[in-house]
Amino acid sequence: MTTAVKLPTTESRIHVVDQAFDVEKIRGDFPILSRDVRGKKLVYLDNAATSQKPKAVIDALSRYYEEGNANVHRGVHFLSEHATGEHERARRTVQKFINAAHSNEIVFVRGTTEAINLVAQSYGRAHVEAGDEVLITGMEHHSDIVPWQLLCDEKKAKLRVAPINDKGELVLSEFEKLLSPRTKIVAVAHVSNALGTVNPLAKIVELAHAKNIPVLVDGAQAVPHMKVDVRALDCDFYAFSSHKMFGPMGVGILYGKNDLLEAMPPYQGGGEMISSVTFEKTLYNKLPFKFEAGTPDVSGAIGLGAAIEYLNGIGMDRIAHYEHELLEYATERLSAVPGVKLIGTAKERAGVISFVLEGVHPHDIGTILDQEGIAVRTGHHCAQPIMHRFGIPATARASFAFYNTKEEVNALVAGILKVKEVFA
Amino acid sequence: MAELRDLYQEVILEHSKAPRNFRELAGANKHAEGYNPLCGDHFTVYLNLEGDAIRDITFQGSGCAISKASASMMTQAVKGKSKEEAQKIFSAFHKLVTAGRANGDKPGLGKLEAFSGVSEFPVRVKCATLAWHTLQAALEGKQEPVSTESE
Repeated sequence: MTTAVKLPTTESRIHVVDQAFDVEKIRGDFPILSRDVRGKKLVYLDNAATSQKPKAVIDALSRYYEEGNANVHRGVHFLSEHATGEHERARRTVQKFINAAHSNEIVFVRGTTEAINLVAQSYGRAHVEAGDEVLITGMEHHSDIVPWQLLCDEKKAKLRVAPINDKGELVLSEFEKLLSPRTKIVAVAHVSNALGTVNPLAKIVELAHAKNIPVLVDGAQAVPHMKVDVRALDCDFYAFSSHKMFGPMGVGILYGKNDLLEAMPPYQGGGEMISSVTFEKTLYNKLPFKFEAGTPDVSGAIGLGAAIEYLNGIGMDRIAHYEHELLEYATERLSAVPGVKLIGTAKERAGVISFVLEGVHPHDIGTILDQEGIAVRTGHHCAQPIMHRFGIPATARASFAFYNTKEEVNALVAGILKVKEVFA
Repeated sequence: MAELRDLYQEVILEHSKAPRNFRELAGANKHAEGYNPLCGDHFTVYLNLEGDAIRDITFQGSGCAISKASASMMTQAVKGKSKEEAQKIFSAFHKLVTAGRANGDKPGLGKLEAFSGVSEFPVRVKCATLAWHTLQAALEGKQEPVSTESE
């Protein structure tokens, strides 16, 4: 079974061998990749859980704490002014990276999960009423299910789920049918973390907007792999995490269209998000600070900025191109191993191969691969409904980044053969 | 692969492929469910308890090789034993899979000693103990499914 993997963006691309893509040189930028694990060379294939960090990001964090640490937006002193400048520069870097119209549409949060909770609690609570509906898909991560369940429980609204087919693709005709006059928001993954499916966002947004329904996109698994242009997608909200795109943990982004964010009530209260406070009345700060209560993770924002500058230095289109080839190679090699079944064989995929091995539980696969220095994830990948959909308790998942190589895919295949040997 | 063979000993692999007492127990008067959602291991343990004696014990479900073999060998080890004896075996087994076998240590667990390698794989302890905690829950008549993922 060989599945052709289409390029994950619609942008035009130069289909020539990219000789300048020097993966060995790139690997040299990531200190952790040269370490051993259990006496073997580390083969890190758990990038969908978190990515490794280039030296440029690690250095940016150290430099901030060694030379630039101060709280932002409130001091008149040199360091505070400097930290504020760097924090806001990182915001503009993010803005340009996803082609948002204004930097005030970029809200710093803790991660994708918090971004989705923010929209569910702020936009959702203001717009969803009893009997209304929230529409998601059958391939969502728990973080794009549970915040909506909390909202629907509170509001006595209904969570509707658009089904996926046996390949792990959204069934668009069913999705379209589920868009009703009661649907108040659509929330959908750009790329499935458990299956690697790339959703047809342009079509999803078009269908939803035709009925004036806003669309939130969980972009956590897309941003590390492809060029994302929020204005071209025309989505209303786009959420992603720094740590999955080679930046530090603990920081993430909510992009929202200016008019929507402007009309939304605050999510959390505290410092930074106010312009004036009396015991009688508080005036909220302007965007994006209205949604950034409390001291932000300044180092995290600066680190994320450094990660984006690093990615820009390579080029997201070249990354997508390289990864496409790698994923196609991995798909071919793994499919050829007798007993291996791929879970998720969508036409368009990015970053992820989920698989099961006949007669061997994924957990045992994970343990044996680990002995070979190969890091994969096993389990339900925070997407239990997907496991139910395919009638399996768990999968093993290899997830890639642009620093992975065909040699590492070969090591994975050799590891799987070893699993088969143990369980022969 | 020396260490791997410590974990996946022949007897463990054999039980995982052909588990014993692997069926629903007709006439069971106790049963309990064990579920580790993160790994997807999910078992039901059935008991026929006569006073304090485990007259019969079976299990059903799915899970990794370690959890399944542990459940299978547990049913063999505790069948015909009293509650108290079963509890003693579990205590010794728990010690074996968490602390390993000290030099000269004789846990007296027979075939179950094949699980001593689990102690070198701390993340797999929860797999080895799931069926045992489920047995304990069945003996205590607990209704809620048990999990060993926060152990």
